[in-house]
Amino acid sequence: MWGREHPAGRPEGLRTRAGWCGFLILLPPIAALCGVPLSSQAPTYGVGRPPTPDELRALGSAIAPDGTGLPPGAGSVADGRLVFAAQCARCHGPGGEGDIGAKLVGGLGTLRSPKPLKTVGSFWPYATTLWDYVNRAMPFDKPGALTPSEVYAAAAFILNLNGIIGETDVMDARTLPAVRMPNRDGFVPDARPDTGVPSRAAPSAR
Amino acid sequence: MGHARSSRRHILRLGAAAGGGLLARGRGLAAEGPRSLGAPLGSYGERSPFEKAVRFTRPSKTPETGSSFTPIQDSLGTITPSALHYERHHGGIPTIDPAAHRLVVHGMVERPLSFSMADLRRLPTVTRTLVLECGGNSAGEWNAPGADVQRSYGMVSGSEWTGVPLALVLSEVGVKPGASWVIAEGGDACRMMRSIPLDKALQDSLLAYGQNGEAMRPAQGYPLRLINPGWEGNANVKWLQSLRLTAQPYMARDETSKYSDLMPDGRTRIFSFMMEAKSVITFPSGGQQLPGPGLYELTGLAWSGQGFIDRVEITLDGGRTWQQATLQEPRLPIALTRFRLPWRFDGHEAVIASRAVDETGYVQPTREALVAARGTNSIYHYNGIKFWRVGADGAVTHVGA
Repeated sequence: MWGREHPAGRPEGLRTRAGWCGFLILLPPIAALCGVPLSSQAPTYGVGRPPTPDELRALGSAIAPDGTGLPPGAGSVADGRLVFAAQCARCHGPGGEGDIGAKLVGGLGTLRSPKPLKTVGSFWPYATTLWDYVNRAMPFDKPGALTPSEVYAAAAFILNLNGIIGETDVMDARTLPAVRMPNRDGFVPDARPDTGVPSRAAPSAR
Repeated sequence: MGHARSSRRHILRLGAAAGGGLLARGRGLAAEGPRSLGAPLGSYGERSPFEKAVRFTRPSKTPETGSSFTPIQDSLGTITPSALHYERHHGGIPTIDPAAHRLVVHGMVERPLSFSMADLRRLPTVTRTLVLECGGNSAGEWNAPGADVQRSYGMVSGSEWTGVPLALVLSEVGVKPGASWVIAEGGDACRMMRSIPLDKALQDSLLAYGQNGEAMRPAQGYPLRLINPGWEGNANVKWLQSLRLTAQPYMARDETSKYSDLMPDGRTRIFSFMMEAKSVITFPSGGQQLPGPGLYELTGLAWSGQGFIDRVEITLDGGRTWQQATLQEPRLPIALTRFRLPWRFDGHEAVIASRAVDETGYVQPTREALVAARGTNSIYHYNGIKFWRVGADGAVTHVGA
């Protein structure tokens, strides 16, 4: 729904438009006349330089729902129990029941109710988002402190608390994106305007 | 609650006191005798010590993740002073040295590039006056309309932003075919991340570094932020350090778990970026006190994420009849638009509200229409009509659900 599912590692420019890309390479003047895609524009101002490996490392990971960006490493539910107790329980409660930090468990089946409880388990559509968010933003007071394996472990523990994975499951770059979250199909595109358009608006009293 | 935060009220009080010769420190028009010199010149100006308008900061167990609200009841004109711009932070306000800051544009591009602030400042600039509204502004209205305008409608501000069109930077790096999203990440502690459709980035997104004639404030993203005109504040990523071109959105926490709209059927609208037309009367508004019957200028602010405000209609009788307010010109698209209407308060109770219509013909809905369409659990993107009750005694209160 939101775009191609597996972009990682694909030589996009060559494969997706192979049919006419070659033609453009052979006949650049015609390409110019036909409207040049952004990709073939030469840089105009010449500012900026290629990012250094250090800069790219410093940016850290960003994880796509198909798992693109997940680093090596692995964590079990048992590992995660220890990580959670040491790093997460202070704000989220020993069992993820919530305190200063958000409640992380429960809420399944409440989204249609008058008091919906939106947790990782009941609401989040992708397990990759859990890894990404824990990795980039947690622990709250020292984000970036966890190793990739500790993040996998914390994610495994939270998913297990919600009954989404088993006690013996291990999360890594292969298993995490394959986790099916309960609310995976619960998201729909923006449907506005759903008010305020003349045909549906309340009659004007002017 | 709702007491005396209004300098407007302060001025009314001063006006009432003027007849008694009580102007501050006896330095009124009638002062006699030798005059002492004023203060010397200064290098960076401060507002008058008599001006007291401040942001309201919502109490938070973790102050770094709080939100603060612009005192729009004290706002004059259409620009919000940078110091009073609303705030919403997810990991505190970082201190970033612009000389060390980089923006890395990478992913599905021909030439990944790292830009210094000096690089970006060499590029052609544009300046746009725009409204910026938090996606969660007025969230409380879904369940219980708020008592005063600052806390219920104050996560909105207007600024003049200066920066580089993102489209220009994207042409410098060369977007590869197949890329359709831009993943923007901030340099704050939590590395706030949002997925932005490439179409928007090519249409009118800005890489802004200037706000209201100077470098933007740290709380607004210094030294660099993304500006997506008309879109919810959170998508205007502050402290911008990474733009990653991809073929899919990254389903970040702040676009799935947050800033999404849960509907009564249990499904959730996602990527509902645009802020629909909205308006609110800022004077008279909840918590203010009119000194008595007489002629007043009713005023407020209107805006739309879709363009110009076409008109603002005012009711003085609880929604039975509506009349058009005067709009301050020049009107700018996707910008705060000031409306005004002379109004004689005759000492009888009046229930007042404003209703904005934008250039697309979209009419600001009632709270009831919004609740009918979305229930009361969607939190974000509330833009309902706000009613105030001016009592016979001149006290202004909110109208509850």
